[in-house]
Amino acid sequence: MAEIVANKLTDIGPPKYDEMWPEVIKNNYGKWLYHDILEPGVMVHVSETGDKVWSLRCAATRLMTTMHLEAICKIADEFGDGFFRFTTRNNVEFIISDESKLEPLKKALADNGQLPLGGTGASITNIVHTQGWVHCHTPAIDASGVVKAVMDELFDYFNSHKLPAQVRISLACCLNMCGAVHCSDISILGVHRKPPVIEHSHLDKMCEIPTTIAACPTAAIKPSKVDDFKSVQVNADRCMFCGNCYTMCPAMPLADAEGDGIALWVGGKVSNSKHMPMFSKLAVPYIPNEPPRWPTTVETIKKIVEVYEGSAMKYERVGEWAQRIGWEKFFEKTGIEFSHHHIDDYRFAATTWRTSTQFKW
Amino acid sequence: MAKLHDTPMLDELEKGPWPSFVTDIKKLAEAGNEPCADLLGQLELSYKDKEGHWKHGGIVGVLGYGGGVIGRYSDVPELFPGVEHFHTLRVNQPASKFYKTERLREVMEIWDRRGSSMLNMHGSTGDMVLLGAFTEELEPIFAELTQKGWDLGGSGSALRTPSCCVGKARCEFACIDTQDICYNLTMEFQDEMHRPAWPYKFKFKVDGCPNCCVASLARSDCAIIGTWRDDIRIDQEKVAAYVNGEIAAHGGAHGQDDKLDIKADVIDLCPTGCMAYVDGKLEINNAECTRCMHCINVMPQALRPGLDKGASILIGAKAPILDGAQMGSLIIPFIKMEEPYDDFKEFVEKMWDWWDENGKNRERIGECIQRLGLSAFIEACDLDPIPQMVKEPRSNPYIFYKEDEVPGGFERDIADYRKKHAR
Repeated sequence: MAEIVANKLTDIGPPKYDEMWPEVIKNNYGKWLYHDILEPGVMVHVSETGDKVWSLRCAATRLMTTMHLEAICKIADEFGDGFFRFTTRNNVEFIISDESKLEPLKKALADNGQLPLGGTGASITNIVHTQGWVHCHTPAIDASGVVKAVMDELFDYFNSHKLPAQVRISLACCLNMCGAVHCSDISILGVHRKPPVIEHSHLDKMCEIPTTIAACPTAAIKPSKVDDFKSVQVNADRCMFCGNCYTMCPAMPLADAEGDGIALWVGGKVSNSKHMPMFSKLAVPYIPNEPPRWPTTVETIKKIVEVYEGSAMKYERVGEWAQRIGWEKFFEKTGIEFSHHHIDDYRFAATTWRTSTQFKW
Repeated sequence: MAKLHDTPMLDELEKGPWPSFVTDIKKLAEAGNEPCADLLGQLELSYKDKEGHWKHGGIVGVLGYGGGVIGRYSDVPELFPGVEHFHTLRVNQPASKFYKTERLREVMEIWDRRGSSMLNMHGSTGDMVLLGAFTEELEPIFAELTQKGWDLGGSGSALRTPSCCVGKARCEFACIDTQDICYNLTMEFQDEMHRPAWPYKFKFKVDGCPNCCVASLARSDCAIIGTWRDDIRIDQEKVAAYVNGEIAAHGGAHGQDDKLDIKADVIDLCPTGCMAYVDGKLEINNAECTRCMHCINVMPQALRPGLDKGASILIGAKAPILDGAQMGSLIIPFIKMEEPYDDFKEFVEKMWDWWDENGKNRERIGECIQRLGLSAFIEACDLDPIPQMVKEPRSNPYIFYKEDEVPGGFERDIADYRKKHAR
């Protein structure tokens, strides 16, 4: 082992991108003219050289084993000259330049059983998500399990083009938002609802008290002596359960079976198309954790999608639709209850209050 | 042989049409992989407890690097010894996540031999994530990876692994060479990536066009987004073909039978109203166009971005922690972004110098700009203020003037004042 470690290199960077391209991509780099989606999950791109490539987009679990990855590699070896790629939404894409391989590849994917085609055009594609209980130390919810339960229910929207526009769903298992769900059509966000429980006997040993105090965005933490231990106190009225103190100080955990759960957000987007990019807005402040299949979360998301599908105009993203009909109508149509939690009481709150006589009943 | 745990709740996640991560992990567990068996066991316990079972953090890493490895320990190791240590290695992904299977298998082989065989393809920042190693395996894994030509990505208060969209490899909309920019920046700034030295994390993301498929505008401190300065290219024959229903609208995004209604789907949805369809011809008043991409998206065979291409640079996007979510603010409306990208790198160095000097612990650059002002930031970057940087001018009257902006400066004589004004 010493020999292996002595031979290590540093700062070599990733493999250069062009080493990972199939020949047809190399030959047509920057020369693509247009694309066409032939059926859900199957695209053809046409180059000015006359070359064409067919891309087959498949669902993937993001969290996967080398066994599954090897199965993907074998399909890529057989059909894609030993190349494939992942999309930004963690789908798997096989790219082929020989049209005669299209049907056999589709059959190979169907035979695998874990690589369904879809995620193109006016669909719900793969849910971008974080680690959840599988691997993270601050989560309020699981990630992979919630995604599986939601996508099972929305599967008909993954492999079809029946929505008014694309709907992007993302999941982050706590407010850290590694999944950056703050600009998604529908966001699933793990939330804590109880202030941190403080381990006074160990806090001074595990944490820097000034850094811990400085970490609180609302200045809710102050130094305190408890049972002769140097520790801190939290002003519960000021705590908005962001978990930043726990990130800085392991002696202040937030996780709690009854306190934690899911908030749903809607109407965000990152694309500049038509309307400018938009933040996601709160739809449901809290749904309890319901493992293993989170039925309330799944049903609520399905309801939002179905109402959007039936009410939005073509090309209208969820946020554009809600903005056009008005948020009061969004709550009426979806049947989601509006509560005081929907009224912003954090920074810049006033920018979201209605300052007009224009409203709908 | 791995001990297989009962997982009645997780077994429910083997049902349904979406691929099941439980089925996948179970197969390896059944083949004798102990980390996979114990990972399912611990996850089942989390489902029962409705709380996670990983300890907070853990300082582990590889010699010479301050990042790239994230420590993780089970808080119930006696029940699940296979995941007692379950450290993550972030492996720097090839641009746009293209893989040659032969090269990917190098990583998989090392990971099967020394790690858990579990991966994330990919982490949110873009890295290939090797999920679950014991501490003593970290150095050998790193050494073997680099021998095969793979390096670690960024973690901690460092430059995070840059990522990009598919770009010119397979997208007709790409206005910049996203893959080359991503690779070039990664190679140039490796030291910043591997040795955390900043107030907090910093992310580059590269999008080829304003459709923003990698969400650079929402989740990168520096978003590089392809755009163009001249006119949208029009093929009027193809426009007619769309109008006549000969080509499916929106590249078939609504199905191959979907026809384009030029008025409802294009003209009326243009956010600036700069388009008209007159006498069978599409007219675009390009001076009014804000390059939103909608018309190009719905008529990809008829319309193309112009030829004077480059990028817009937006700074300061981030998720909520700490100061609330922010989107990137437009700082440079247009830069050519041509190799070797020296003018862009010059801007980056100025930006980092300012943030390094002024940023507080765990303050992203976007928050630092919020606190100290956009004007201070653009001044530090040697940029002139222009209207493109704001949605609208300020509506509050509290304007900060500097002493040298006012004739005579701030120093005045109270005696002179009193000569004209009684006390």
